[in-house]
Amino acid sequence: MLLVPCPWCGPRDEVEFSYGGQAGIAYPADPEALDDAAWADFLFMRDNPKGPFAERWNHVYGCRRWFDVVRDTATNDLMEA
Amino acid sequence: MRYWRAAEPKRSYDVVVVGGGGHGLATAYYLARNHDVTDVCVLEKGWLGGGNTARNTTIIRSNYLWDASAGIYDHSLTLWEGLEEDLGFDLQFSQRGVLNLAHDQGDVRSSLRRVNANALNGVDAEWLTPAEVAGFCPIVNVSPDVRYPVLGATLQRRGGTARHDRVAWGFATAADRLGVDVVEHCEVTGFVRGEGGRVEGVHTTRGTIAAASVALVAAGHTSVLAAMVGLRLPLQSHPLQALVSVLLDPVLGCVVMSNAVHVYVSQADKGELVMGAGIDAHNSYTQRGSFHVIEHQLAAALELFPVFAHAKLLRTWGGVVDVCPDASPIIGRAPIDGLFLNCGWGTGGFKATPGAGWVLAETIAKGEPAALAAPFALERFTSGALVDEHGAAAVAH
Repeated sequence: MLLVPCPWCGPRDEVEFSYGGQAGIAYPADPEALDDAAWADFLFMRDNPKGPFAERWNHVYGCRRWFDVVRDTATNDLMEA
Repeated sequence: MRYWRAAEPKRSYDVVVVGGGGHGLATAYYLARNHDVTDVCVLEKGWLGGGNTARNTTIIRSNYLWDASAGIYDHSLTLWEGLEEDLGFDLQFSQRGVLNLAHDQGDVRSSLRRVNANALNGVDAEWLTPAEVAGFCPIVNVSPDVRYPVLGATLQRRGGTARHDRVAWGFATAADRLGVDVVEHCEVTGFVRGEGGRVEGVHTTRGTIAAASVALVAAGHTSVLAAMVGLRLPLQSHPLQALVSVLLDPVLGCVVMSNAVHVYVSQADKGELVMGAGIDAHNSYTQRGSFHVIEHQLAAALELFPVFAHAKLLRTWGGVVDVCPDASPIIGRAPIDGLFLNCGWGTGGFKATPGAGWVLAETIAKGEPAALAAPFALERFTSGALVDEHGAAAVAH
């Protein structure tokens, strides 16, 4: 069971959150300029490291805000909010 | 008696398979058996079959929606049906039937669609009414006054279970007999790169091994290996948990799966109820998930099977599954010469063990995709020709 550090509500039980995957995936600035490979990269390719991973969480049963956390996927240690 | 030799790795092979689970061992076996490629080594960083092969719920079925999926999964099921004889090894393969329950009108419509799609692809499938479900599996609660009533079910009679450990041992034994080296406790730490970046071997904890072809068959750790050659894949590694009850007298004679209520269960020959459910939502390589996932699946199990309230939980465990965006695997050549992939099976790889090995062996031996593997090439994420088996595969992935 993870204790997720919501920056507004403090550490709360994992069941209050939904998961948003890798952080920092921005919508393409100029979508029409993307070729198929670039679209594939944006839509489907994600980092999947065994180690520190910057990820999104939504405190859906709390303050309902999105935030980023760095978590070590090899240990589940939450490194920073 | 040893089933297979504890081989010392040679300095060079025609094919190195990275990953000594069922899929990797099946790949090596079919390379030797079907293509006479016997200069093959399987490298396993831990003990043989100790990853997801040892951690799944052993369910075998082929009732997938799409043609491409029906092709590879039913080929696999057909291989299962002759596998004990082929390997000369008892796998405790049991075609006890797989029920997929429907709990609302959307479930009913998609289930009937899947039954019809299966029939068109020559995959056995039947639709059962609630009364027929109760006839086939008397302990399922089909009363209409529960939160998620059973409105019917699909039944694949050819589906069932097999003993997971013996599948790994059987393939290892048969591959060893054909000259394949099975090397345990040997972790790949990097790749030998040649002209134009071509993969020409692997660096391991037991030295460097040259290879004309290298196949990554490492399930949840595929991304870690791919990153060593700068290859980014559409995979996310998640915990997937399962559990068993204490040993009980025979009470459940088939496999029961429920997508909406979200549990799947069978009873092992020894007597444990074997249950699994969905992945934990977050990425993790820890081989452990969160307790609320187990709580959720047991609540589902108790509504479907009130008699299970008498059972005690014996143990739980987790594996690391590599999930693709379309809940279908990636099989074929990597965009780097000399490198092949078999990954992305997510929560459903065990059933595909012989089929995946068969088509990957053919792809490696011939240097071009096997017909049954072609739809599952990595290029589908660029072309857009996804094989979307979410939900359609009868369980959430």
